[in-house]
Amino acid sequence: MSDRVAAPAPGEAERRFGPYGGQYVPETLIPALEQLERAYASAVADRGFQATLDQLLGEYAGRPSKLTDAPNLSKVIGARVVLKREDLNHTGAHKINNALAQALLAKRMGKRRIIAETGAGQHGVATATACARLGLECVVYMGEEDMRRQALNVFRMRLMGGTVIPVTSGTRTLKDATSEAIRDWVGSCDSSHYIIGSVVGPAPYPRMVRDFQAIIGREARAQVLERTGVLPQSVVACVGGGSNAIGIFHAFVGDREVELIGVEAAGKGLHTAEHSASLAAGRPGVLHGALSYLLQDAAGQVHPAHSISAGLDYPGVGPEHAYLHDSGRATYVSCTDSDALDAFAKMSRLEGIIPALETAHAVGWMLANAGRWAPEHVVLLCVSGRGDKDVAQVAQSHTFRS
Amino acid sequence: MLAERFAALRAEGRRALVCYVTAGHPSPVQSEALIRGIAGAGADVIEVGVPFSDPVADGPTIQSSSFAALAAGMTFDGTLALASRARPGVPLVLFTYLNPLLAAGSDALDRARDAGFSGVLVTDLPVGADAERERRISGGPLDFVRLVAPTTPDDRMAIIGRHGSGFVYLISRLGVTGARADVPADVGAAVRRLRSACALPVCVGFGISTPAQAAEVARHADGVVVGSALVQAAGRSVDEAVALVAAMRAAMDRAVAAA
Repeated sequence: MSDRVAAPAPGEAERRFGPYGGQYVPETLIPALEQLERAYASAVADRGFQATLDQLLGEYAGRPSKLTDAPNLSKVIGARVVLKREDLNHTGAHKINNALAQALLAKRMGKRRIIAETGAGQHGVATATACARLGLECVVYMGEEDMRRQALNVFRMRLMGGTVIPVTSGTRTLKDATSEAIRDWVGSCDSSHYIIGSVVGPAPYPRMVRDFQAIIGREARAQVLERTGVLPQSVVACVGGGSNAIGIFHAFVGDREVELIGVEAAGKGLHTAEHSASLAAGRPGVLHGALSYLLQDAAGQVHPAHSISAGLDYPGVGPEHAYLHDSGRATYVSCTDSDALDAFAKMSRLEGIIPALETAHAVGWMLANAGRWAPEHVVLLCVSGRGDKDVAQVAQSHTFRS
Repeated sequence: MLAERFAALRAEGRRALVCYVTAGHPSPVQSEALIRGIAGAGADVIEVGVPFSDPVADGPTIQSSSFAALAAGMTFDGTLALASRARPGVPLVLFTYLNPLLAAGSDALDRARDAGFSGVLVTDLPVGADAERERRISGGPLDFVRLVAPTTPDDRMAIIGRHGSGFVYLISRLGVTGARADVPADVGAAVRRLRSACALPVCVGFGISTPAQAAEVARHADGVVVGSALVQAAGRSVDEAVALVAAMRAAMDRAVAAA
């Protein structure tokens, strides 16, 4: 038999990471995903596309992002901590890398309307930014709860011409914003492109978004080698959907001696039901088009996630993380809300860098594990974004101790 | 059993009225009365939806029926129990998202057959997405009803036809489920395109909400699927839902007899 089911279509393996990933979507979206797969493949092979993207990333987004030694944090941790400064990018986070690339791809496909989901608002802001710059219509779905937590980012999106649509169903956070963005796309895929903000969703998104974020690790690996003469002992990044983590991990996956550590949000603790640690506490399931680890009950209903950080507040995780987790190539740990809040304050005080609450989870885990490295070890931390967006929320937090 | 039902309808020169209900909606108890009531009012096939926390293919009506059913404690196993209590005497199709089906275990479809189901439709498992799981479903005891979308190219329609059984569900328009004011003008052409690619009976759904619309679609297709409009009516009362089905039945039969 020559059909797709008996013999996987060419590229079937490229839709998965081991058993994870895939294209579990309504039939309506299959042609749109196939079109995206073809457009992406042709863009990657096109020097003109790459040159336009490189120019935007360089002259507009401010790449390459800096590598900064963190001498005071280093003393506390007991190793040489270097920071990959995605917080210095235009719009304040790594999200712009992917948003610009996908917006260019949308233009290439002749799609003038862009849909996005956002949790903390960073991806929504990055997408609204890319759309303003490239002259595209922008519609961002955002949970009502997140709009409250991240009012400043809502204003920024609207200022740049984006339409922010409040999502009032379900958890009113990133999960339901993603569902609503998918619903929009099911009805508009002939004219709209959906810019997913993380390494989640149906193929080709997890691999494509990883490729667009892999610039983080490519730059960082070269910068660390040049600065220190060695590869880092550990690379540490926070994981919600996991795009900054995959972005910085990817260049190091072949360096077997480099430890890759993803930090999930433990919320109020892994012993409670209120966390977002899909890899630590979930089991494989299908949500938003991909098979991956998922917080769910015994009957397969998705369990609402919780994190103080809107960007990590998601019950799933990118399928490549599921694969790296199972294979043991990466290690996934977690950090609670309160430890992340402490880390938010400590890093601000120690280094004069206010990290995003998402990043603060990675810092929090490092602080809790001070002393696990030798003093000469280099630890590379991905500062996925800046914390300005979180200041109001943190100031209101009862657990915050200044 | 689905094949027999469609063959019988064809012999009688009638069109199938396929009715969707969300298990546990408007309440677990009324759900059973609803299934029996619409079977009595002329439904030929009943799709019983397993409520899911993240129904990405569904619009507000079916979403809220799902959330209400979940809040009332409905589950995959509860859906099977509901079917075996209701036993409406018409073929039942288990309508589900993939994740609750995966969580239900490897014997889920055997249990569904025992509960009285004849077919299964998995909203987010398109043809070719997961060869191994699709083979397991195809090789199981139920007909595997597949979907064709307005975006589906002809060659893919043929592939879908080969991997489905019972009937093929033609989505009449872009977008999620939900009642609409009109039937797309090109529905007849879409049905003809699908018929030339696939031998299975064609049932058309998405947005069909009035007897007049059902009659219009019945002129072209082997069957008409009504979902959101029925769920909306059931949310008001079971009687209203039963009346809607009876009116659709009558309008479809008149339209076909007149043709």
